[in-house]
Amino acid sequence: MNDFLKIKDLWKLFGNFVALREISLDVKEGEFVCFLGPSGCGKTTLLRAIAGLDIQTRGSVSQAGKDISNLPPAERDFGIVFQSYALFPNLTIGENISFGLENQGVDKNTIKERVAELLDLVGLPEQISKYPAQLSGGQQQRIALARAIASSPGLLLLDEPLSALDAKVRVFLRHEMKKLQRKLGVTTIMVTHDQEEALSLADRIVVMNQGVIEQVGTPTEVYNKPVSLFVADFIGEMNQITSKMNDDGTVQLFGQAFDCIEHEVKAGSDVIATIRPEDIFVVEKDTTIEQSLVVKVKEMEFLGSYWRCSLAIDSGVDGNELTADFSINAVRRCHIVAGGNLRIELPKNRLQVFSAA
Amino acid sequence: MSQLISSYEQAISKPAIKEKIGRDGAIQRFFIAVIGLYLLITLAFPLYTVFSKAFDTFYYDLSQFSIQVSNESGDFVEEPINLQELNKQLAIKTIDDLKTKSDGRLSLLDFFPDYSFKSPIKYRLQGLTDDTTFLYGSDRNKGKVSVEVDSNSFRRILIRPVQERGFGNFTKFFSTPALSNSIYNSLTIAIISMVITVSLAFWFAYALKRSCMKFKGFFKLVAMLPILVPSLLPGIALVYIFGNQGFLKDLLMGESIYGPIGIVMGSVFFTFPHAMIIISAALSISDARLYEAADSLRASKWRKFWTVTIPGAKYGIISACIVVFNLVITDFGLPKVIGGNFNVLAVDIYKQVIGQQNFQMGAVVSVVLLLPAILAFMIDRYVQKTHVAGLSARSVVFEPKPSKVADAAWLAYSSFVAFFIVSILAVCQFAALVTYWPYNLSFTLANYDFSKTDGGGWGSFINSIELAILTAVIGTVVIFLGAYMVEKTKNFTKGRALFQMLAMLPMAIPGMVLGLSYIFFFNHPDNPLNFIYGTMIILVISTVTHFYTVTHLTAVTALKQMDNEYESVCSSLKRPFTKLLGRVTIPVCMPEILNLSIYLFVNAMTTVSAVVFIYSTDTELASIAVLNMDDAGDIASASAMGMMIFYANVAARTLHAVASRSILKRSRAWRTQS
Repeated sequence: MNDFLKIKDLWKLFGNFVALREISLDVKEGEFVCFLGPSGCGKTTLLRAIAGLDIQTRGSVSQAGKDISNLPPAERDFGIVFQSYALFPNLTIGENISFGLENQGVDKNTIKERVAELLDLVGLPEQISKYPAQLSGGQQQRIALARAIASSPGLLLLDEPLSALDAKVRVFLRHEMKKLQRKLGVTTIMVTHDQEEALSLADRIVVMNQGVIEQVGTPTEVYNKPVSLFVADFIGEMNQITSKMNDDGTVQLFGQAFDCIEHEVKAGSDVIATIRPEDIFVVEKDTTIEQSLVVKVKEMEFLGSYWRCSLAIDSGVDGNELTADFSINAVRRCHIVAGGNLRIELPKNRLQVFSAA
Repeated sequence: MSQLISSYEQAISKPAIKEKIGRDGAIQRFFIAVIGLYLLITLAFPLYTVFSKAFDTFYYDLSQFSIQVSNESGDFVEEPINLQELNKQLAIKTIDDLKTKSDGRLSLLDFFPDYSFKSPIKYRLQGLTDDTTFLYGSDRNKGKVSVEVDSNSFRRILIRPVQERGFGNFTKFFSTPALSNSIYNSLTIAIISMVITVSLAFWFAYALKRSCMKFKGFFKLVAMLPILVPSLLPGIALVYIFGNQGFLKDLLMGESIYGPIGIVMGSVFFTFPHAMIIISAALSISDARLYEAADSLRASKWRKFWTVTIPGAKYGIISACIVVFNLVITDFGLPKVIGGNFNVLAVDIYKQVIGQQNFQMGAVVSVVLLLPAILAFMIDRYVQKTHVAGLSARSVVFEPKPSKVADAAWLAYSSFVAFFIVSILAVCQFAALVTYWPYNLSFTLANYDFSKTDGGGWGSFINSIELAILTAVIGTVVIFLGAYMVEKTKNFTKGRALFQMLAMLPMAIPGMVLGLSYIFFFNHPDNPLNFIYGTMIILVISTVTHFYTVTHLTAVTALKQMDNEYESVCSSLKRPFTKLLGRVTIPVCMPEILNLSIYLFVNAMTTVSAVVFIYSTDTELASIAVLNMDDAGDIASASAMGMMIFYANVAARTLHAVASRSILKRSRAWRTQS
């Protein structure tokens, strides 16, 4: 597949404030990309630059081989859905959807058919003559989506399209949207601050922080192989332990040396060692293996399909605690109880270190 | 880090990307430019001329002339002498004697005590600079011209003053008690009226919003009536009630209604609705939870009032004070009718300009009048800026609880206020329908035969309707589009900021000052727009400009409630923004647009100050006719015309109410929130 959208060395300045710094990104045709990051990280700014709604200060954007860096939105080829949906309140659902079709010299019957087809596509065929205020939030979102794709744009931009909805509707619409995007094959960029949304929807995730791209990768890549402490911390749960590197490349944790994932951190420097709660394994009683230590179970919290346990490390160092998620099976099998002792393993290929500086 | 900095420097060293201006962008820029230019021409430039005029002073520059006097046989033997030298030698004119107005003319006879028009002596006058100007009969001589005349013709030579920039006019204003006392007078009546009106309006609004008194709808309606008449009208009614032949004259205990008492009473009448609207809005923003919390803490009624009610309404009260102060200090019609010898600034401008043709002094008074108005305006802007909305989405609306005693007291109080308002109008209407108040109370329609009095007859009423309709239509279009461009376009930030500033300016400019500035600016022979002077166009422009700010702010508020992403969606769908404007923005804002237009209509019907300087015999207006008829002593006809304005406004408002209701009814389906 070709690179459909190419962003090169893009900067956005608001006065002296750098909102976007040296952003370069290629998006392939038909790909579903999520911009993920905390609020203020520049993800919406980047989306608006791509749309031409707030043009970048420097850098170029090209779409389908055409340089669109300085074009106003009307001369670009995209459809957009906002968090507020921005449905025209005084127009019916049908009129909202056909708003963008009317100028293309298409006759009325064709428009009518297209509107019906789109309503079918988003699963709301009955609502054509209602007004937006008469629909639920989830229905409005789907109408906004139908309007955005009505004239078959080459690029679909979604600005936090699900965040105004309640949790159940959100999960349902997430699936619907994914299905629709696959069906249409339209290149899609979605901005979200919800990592779960990004992980479940995206082909690739662009993790952003303070105006720069931290990492670009598939959901499993950014989850399993975060390239920075920020990504590690932002996506999913992560234990963080302040420690030092040993000369042999191992990391000193709780008075013990642990092997970890290959790294480029210098020997003797301060590091943050990280491991996810679900990557901490329980070791059967009375067996001693490498990469393991004994901890005390301080608290256990039942979260349905698993237990979240706070583990205190008995190494004389204050405040060292780990969070681990153990399956119900494991808890049962190993008789884990609050207040009891336990041996856990920190597997080499799950333990990652980042420079603390 | 250093790598980041160097890449930053690299990045900012390249030129920023300039957005290609699409069709929408071009149209939007064009609109902002046109409406901005409109405000510059109709507001900024004219105001500049007022300031400039205020600093224009004129004096006779004697050193510009030399004069040669012949002997008895008509031969010029003596050398010419400079006029200034001559004056010094003879000590005839002091420096103050040589100060004059723009149209001053000085005869030279004073410098020749022995002058006789029969003598054979001849005089030769020589101008010494290129700007020297003098009149010989009706001939105007300018430059280094010399004229030789006999004694008889020497009388016909008049020298003209030269112009200078300086504070001379201000010095004169402040050293003439008859003029500068007006500052004190204006401030006094404005402050007294402000205190009385705001107090009355506060309790009236309180009764409407915080009690369960009956007939609230009726009282609300009555309280709004004063807006529908010119401010002159309460003056006329007060003359009927408390004037020299007034039936309640004795109530004043020997004091005269012509003066501060009359101005204050009339001001309370015409500013009451303005204060009432603002304070009721402030009082309706109340959170019942605060009262419940106070109750649970066992706070007394008194304590609740001072710790919950007053802080909540504080900004509304301050805002109402400023509005009333501004209305009173800038009002011209009322003090003109009932002020008697009590001089106020707004009337002084009129007297200087119309009575004495002293435009420079009129400009000086205007500048003086601008100061309190601008100060009040700035306080208001500051208060509005610091004011944070007191109502959150979680607030619980306060519902008053019925109380027999309190509700009866509120009803009595509101009835008193309503009685005052209705009486003023009723007196005018009654006086208009009787032969000669108070001596002959037989019914007549003679007072409606306006052709017999000053003021342009029924034609002026027709003119007023025409002005009001044109103002409503043109004003609404211009102001709404202007507000749309400011609020909904992106980029072009500086242009929009300038525009916003210009749009706020009219609020601080008294109508009299605006009108005067139009004389200076549009009546200037070199102005290419001179042709609109004396036409209906200039009246429409001045009225639209005068009421620009309030309407602009209303439109901006309405537009702020529209999602900003409508424009983004529209451009992503490749439709021009005009399509969105026509199909969505305007229909959704229709109720507010109708409000703008009725506001402009009513104000165009009642305004006097903004138009009194610029109407012509062809464009006389009803409100001006009231003024002129009252001036000429046809007070019954003035009442009749004043009440015609009232009925026209009532009709317009009724029409507006019907239209609004039908629009809301038709759009109910999409306005209701699910």
